Amino acid sequence: MAEKMLEVKDLRVSFEVKKGLAETLMGKKETIKAVDGVSFEIGRGEILSLVGESGSGKTTTGKAILRLAPVTGGSIKFEGEEISGKSQKELHEFRKKAQMIYQDPYQALNPRQYIIDIVGEPLDVNDLCKTTEERLERIKKALENAGLVPPEDYLYRYPYELSGGQRQRVAIAGSLIMNPEFIVADEPVSMLDASIRTGIIKLMLEQRDKMGVAYLFITHDLSLAWLISDRIAIMYLGKIMEMGTADEIINHAEHPYAKALINIMPIPGKMIDSGRDILEGETPNAAVDIKGCKFCARCPVRQAICETEEPELREISPGHLCACHFVK
Amino acid sequence: MGKRVLKRFLSALGTSFFVIIFNFFLFRILPGDLTTVIARSNTSPEVKQRLIEASGLDKPLMTQFGIYIKQLLHGDLGSAFYMYDNSSSVLEVIVGRIPNTVILLLTAEIIAIIIGMIIGTICAHKRATPLDTGLLSGSLVLYSMPTFWFAMLLIFIFCVNLRLFPTGGIYTAGTAYHGWMLIKDYLKHMALPSLCMGFAMVGCYAVTMRSTMIGILTEDYIQTARAKGFSTRYILLKHAIPNAMLPMATIIAMNIAFILGGAIQLETLFSWKGLGQLMYLALDKRDFPMLQGCFLISTLAVILANFIMDILYGFIDPRVKE
Ligand SMILES: Nc1ncnc2c1ncn2[C@@H]1O[C@H](COP(=O)(O)OP(=O)(O)O)[C@@H](O)[C@H]1O
Ligand code: SF4
Ligand SMILES: [Mg+2]
Repeated sequence: MAEKMLEVKDLRVSFEVKKGLAETLMGKKETIKAVDGVSFEIGRGEILSLVGESGSGKTTTGKAILRLAPVTGGSIKFEGEEISGKSQKELHEFRKKAQMIYQDPYQALNPRQYIIDIVGEPLDVNDLCKTTEERLERIKKALENAGLVPPEDYLYRYPYELSGGQRQRVAIAGSLIMNPEFIVADEPVSMLDASIRTGIIKLMLEQRDKMGVAYLFITHDLSLAWLISDRIAIMYLGKIMEMGTADEIINHAEHPYAKALINIMPIPGKMIDSGRDILEGETPNAAVDIKGCKFCARCPVRQAICETEEPELREISPGHLCACHFVK
Repeated sequence: MGKRVLKRFLSALGTSFFVIIFNFFLFRILPGDLTTVIARSNTSPEVKQRLIEASGLDKPLMTQFGIYIKQLLHGDLGSAFYMYDNSSSVLEVIVGRIPNTVILLLTAEIIAIIIGMIIGTICAHKRATPLDTGLLSGSLVLYSMPTFWFAMLLIFIFCVNLRLFPTGGIYTAGTAYHGWMLIKDYLKHMALPSLCMGFAMVGCYAVTMRSTMIGILTEDYIQTARAKGFSTRYILLKHAIPNAMLPMATIIAMNIAFILGGAIQLETLFSWKGLGQLMYLALDKRDFPMLQGCFLISTLAVILANFIMDILYGFIDPRVKE
């Protein structure tokens, strides 16, 4: 693995949710452990995909790393510096280096701003340009880099005038203008038409190759993760179940949950047939406290120990980690 | 944009036309109409006859309607039964009183909007803290308190006890101020009614602003701005508040009719010589021509204000421009 850039250790995020009126009056609160002890590392220019079903805590993990969700416990180190305890002011340098791209490009842009101002805003706020010409040049360059050509066509348009793919490119241009070193991309193509996805993915990979940008790529699409990432982490109910290089995970997954996901992964030329095990049931509610293995309720090979003891995430071969009692 | 304005204008025109028709029949068809009022009054039969004839009430309904429309087209709202401000021309009296009401309500509205937006923003930003609860419930208590009661409370504290402000009227009686002194005197009389009206409405704007802002603050573009390291102050002022203006504008437009109603109570309590007080006087004396004029003008004012708000939407939200 390349030089360590981000080190996440035992990250925890829990939300207190008030329930109905009666519960509130009685002072009862529900705690949702959205992220429940997650550890991983990302190297410079590396892409780590976080894969899991909806509600498994992927988005919350990404937001917590950028300090956009409240961190309840654990440590986040970026380039050796601890991020989790810092005040908003102290985060200033970090904010310039780490960015986020969202799933829904319709929500990620301020509907009242022209594209030129959305993209140029970091320059304006941080006073990075001395002249208006310099500002314009940099904005045009960023739009061009994001594949919006000719950039002049986009400067004075509002987000609502653009298509989903174009908006996502604007969002990317808006973060690239800060020359980030690390980007959390939260399902950046899942809401786009299949025909546009490739372009956006290519754009992100290009940034990695040219500028050495590292990504935490959040997706529920395992085949996409395989295609683009160096390593894959499989997440379930706030925990990482299995993690390793992309090829290792796809070809030699050991964890029953990871195996089930790979089993239902669409592979060109292969039909989903009776030979495949389909995962039964749904992800349990994150508010329910599970004592043993989080996957216990749905696991086809569970034993008595699974319900009482939580398996640790252990290295089963170099660089390949798995959290199951029965995987050695 | 031009097409939108034209569409809105035609719709406002249509509504006005409907209001004009409605305003005529309301006063003739409802029980307790003009003839009964005149019949019940204590004047001699000759005077009654003269009043009925002067009001054209002896003619068939459709003829009366024709006259009403014709007069309106000439800008004539008829004559009142009584004298107000040394005149009995309905239009003249109303026009003379419009500035007082507009100044009072505009000031109250601006006070309410600004304070309501500030409170709503603070509450949304400090959501679920004691500050949020305190500010919100405080402004809601004021909002739900009957206006006349709140006004009397203010009069009692500030006028009777502290003697800071005059209890009513628009000028100090018996003075002949002019220029700056006149303005100062006027403002001193206006302070209490406008503050009273303004504070009574803060709750409405604060609640709307708060819920709108809570929604906006969780939007991805706000989070994106945070991720870029912009300060909270900048994010609130540049991104969140401007996007909250559209729902606020809707509430403001909806409130216009409501505050005109509130003006009747408030102007009467503070003897503020505006349209509201005029309406009260006319109602008290069953002066139907005057009431009809007041109704017409205030309804048209609401339509006009809504039309202006509609046009403003286009500037507030680029998506509305089409
Ligand atoms: N702000 C929040 N308040 C309360 N619960 C939340 C909040 N954000 C996320 N959650 C809960 O945390 C869990 C994980 O959510 P999320 O991180 O969005 O999952 P994913 O991105 O994998 O779909 C879910 O059960 C969700 O309901
Ligand atoms: S620990 Fe038990 S329940 Fe969990 S994945 Fe392994 S076998 Fe299944
Ligand atoms: Mg998500």
